[in-house]
Amino acid sequence: MARMIGAEMFFETLIEEGIDVVFGLPGGYVLKVYDVLPKFEGKIKHVLTRHEQGATHMADGYARASGKPGVVLCTSGPAATNTVTGIATAQMDSSPIVVFTGQVPLPYLGSDAFQEADHIGITRPCTKHNYLVRKAIDLPKTMKEAFYIASSGRPSPVLVDMPKDVILEEDELVIPDKISLRGYKPPTKGDPKQIQKAVDMILKSKRPIIFGGGGIIHAEASPELKEFAHKLEIPVTSTLMGLGAYPSNDPLFVHMLGMHGSYAANMAVHNSDLVISIGARFDDRATGGNFDEFSPDAEIIHIDIDPSTIDKNIIVHCPILGHAKLVLQQLLDALPEKIEKDRKEWRAQIEEWDKKHPMSYNQTGDKILTTYAIDTLSNITNDDAIIVSDVGQHQMWVAQFYKFNHPRTHITSGGLGTMGFGFPAAMGAKFACPDRQVVCVSGDGSFQMNMQELATAVEHKMDLTIMLLNNGHHGMVRQWQTMFFDGNYSASRFGVLPDFVMLAESFGAKGLRVDRPEDLESTLKEGLSTKGVVLIEVMVDCEELVYPMIAPGGAMNDMIMATTPDVA
Amino acid sequence: MRHTISLFVDNESGVLSRVAGLFSARGFNIESLNVAETLDPDTSRITLVTTGDDFIIEQVIKRFNNMVNVIWVDDLTDETRVEREMILIRVEAKESTRAEILRMADIFRAKVVDVGSESYTLELTGDKEKVNAFIDLLEPMGIKEIARTGTVAMKRDAKNSNAEEGDK
Ligand SMILES: Cc1ncc(C[n+]2csc(CCOP(=O)(O)OP(=O)(O)O)c2C)c(N)n1
Ligand SMILES: [Mg+2]
Repeated sequence: MARMIGAEMFFETLIEEGIDVVFGLPGGYVLKVYDVLPKFEGKIKHVLTRHEQGATHMADGYARASGKPGVVLCTSGPAATNTVTGIATAQMDSSPIVVFTGQVPLPYLGSDAFQEADHIGITRPCTKHNYLVRKAIDLPKTMKEAFYIASSGRPSPVLVDMPKDVILEEDELVIPDKISLRGYKPPTKGDPKQIQKAVDMILKSKRPIIFGGGGIIHAEASPELKEFAHKLEIPVTSTLMGLGAYPSNDPLFVHMLGMHGSYAANMAVHNSDLVISIGARFDDRATGGNFDEFSPDAEIIHIDIDPSTIDKNIIVHCPILGHAKLVLQQLLDALPEKIEKDRKEWRAQIEEWDKKHPMSYNQTGDKILTTYAIDTLSNITNDDAIIVSDVGQHQMWVAQFYKFNHPRTHITSGGLGTMGFGFPAAMGAKFACPDRQVVCVSGDGSFQMNMQELATAVEHKMDLTIMLLNNGHHGMVRQWQTMFFDGNYSASRFGVLPDFVMLAESFGAKGLRVDRPEDLESTLKEGLSTKGVVLIEVMVDCEELVYPMIAPGGAMNDMIMATTPDVA
Repeated sequence: MRHTISLFVDNESGVLSRVAGLFSARGFNIESLNVAETLDPDTSRITLVTTGDDFIIEQVIKRFNNMVNVIWVDDLTDETRVEREMILIRVEAKESTRAEILRMADIFRAKVVDVGSESYTLELTGDKEKVNAFIDLLEPMGIKEIARTGTVAMKRDAKNSNAEEGDK
């Protein structure tokens, strides 16, 4: 067995865990870790971010694109607190990241030493678990546990706090092969009794609908979902986080549901007699928030790996605790040879709703509509391109108008709604999938929250496209002010914006700008085919509103539809 | 409704904050909390009493189950169980009240554990009702100080249960 210091054990264990990228930024208490980093060149790539929040979102984007845990390394105090937004973002969307922070030496803990913060206390509510390491010899085992906890069960962030004396301490390197945690046994297969109950419910249902969520993507259950839906001819709708889990070009797909979901999807859920939820948690943005009036005639089957999501917002009739892929396999196995079903009427009804209020837009006039821009992007990007959106109107339009056909191609901050997530997360996705086309779709507001990472992207010679939708506003705020605050546009307009093209150029990226509808497609194509980091600033109409919309607290059949002929 | 929750947890730093944090995040008050090592020194048993919406407490218990450091959790509220609490209570002991205090201690089977020139300190074990009744009776004599352990609880052995009066 080899003797080494904690800092070396850190990298040895990462390598053993199959980690090859670390997103980080050095400082005081982790300097020794950075001191030994060059020894691991070729095995570990370190991405020097310009902000720890950027590092955390990158790790998150990496995890969402690859399914493998993303890793962050930073120092204590301000660096650690900078990661909190990224950790909370990852937690809300069940993304596995492991954050390693430096900490003051153990004897100084709690003494208000320079750059001391209580990382464990601060991150306790937004991690699945966190650790303070007290001895170097424990570090490898703790790291293995951290990776296991982060990536098993419901994926989530884990933080490991490494005091400076632990980093410096020399000891034997002991990496355990196996770990067992007596208090942690994530569910796997569903209870056979519940499976049978679900099958009975499904077989007698006339108007079933699958309510798919992000859990399908985490569980890599898309093939099983497709087989299941087709065998039973059940229409599939999706939450924001579930987009991509089911191909949008499949005839059974009914598009996204929820606050800005399609009319057809929300009506279908509301009028169904059986909602089969898979890896979704019925949050207020997916259901409108009026839990009492949720799907009044329906029985509900809820498949989830996290027992605390069951009966949280909606009381369900048949909970199945388990891993979505395994449960879907169990359900498929439990189905009878011959299935009697007649979905003609139900599907015709959904089709009718879709015809009544289709997802559409009407690009006339000389201002570019964001809907048109997203639709165009969808038409000209690769089928397996990864689209990472930020937060705001543009995010909802990406969800509505981009056609996602594969899991892990749609990445967005759904649960926390973190502006500034998009660009660093897109970088993380590109690090995970260097051969794929990656496009960050951001807003002028969101992009300003983490644009410093342009330097990181250029430094790493990334091929990455940023489609920046400039509407001169915090568009989503403006939309709420239009709809619910009598057009009182308080603090939603930007008095000053940078020249984004010059900004990009100043970092060594390529900048393009387009403001006429007729030039949009060619400019996007030019940007997408240009190597390196390319920022395309698209000047868009700030008056366009995202429709349909369930007013907050409303029921799913209670949607506000577009009234102006311009925005259908 | 009042809930008595029993948890077996890893005996290590921070676990108690995790457990308590779930309550504070929901604005719930913990009425009493008792933590001590079990036969296995790596495990602690927590007995926690709280009052709140049943639905939310059920959610909290599910979250306990999710915690890496929680080995096992049980809501004892609907179980037949033994609940006990110990208190130390210091009462003013005047010439005129000494005899009465001792008589009451005797009735409640409390022990006198400290005798001062102006006070008696009594030790009493019992369920919440008994403890509260004892405090109420001593109140007029002048209570100087009280220390309570909070409730500890255990499920009854269903096969061979011999419930005392007043037990659940
Ligand atoms: C960090 C953070 N701060 C504030 C908000 C509230 N918020 C939600 S959307 C939005 C506006 C987003 O503006 P922009 O990125 O330009 O997107 P647009 O809506 O204009 O498409 C704001 C301020 C948020 N979600 N995240
Ligand atoms: Mg904007």
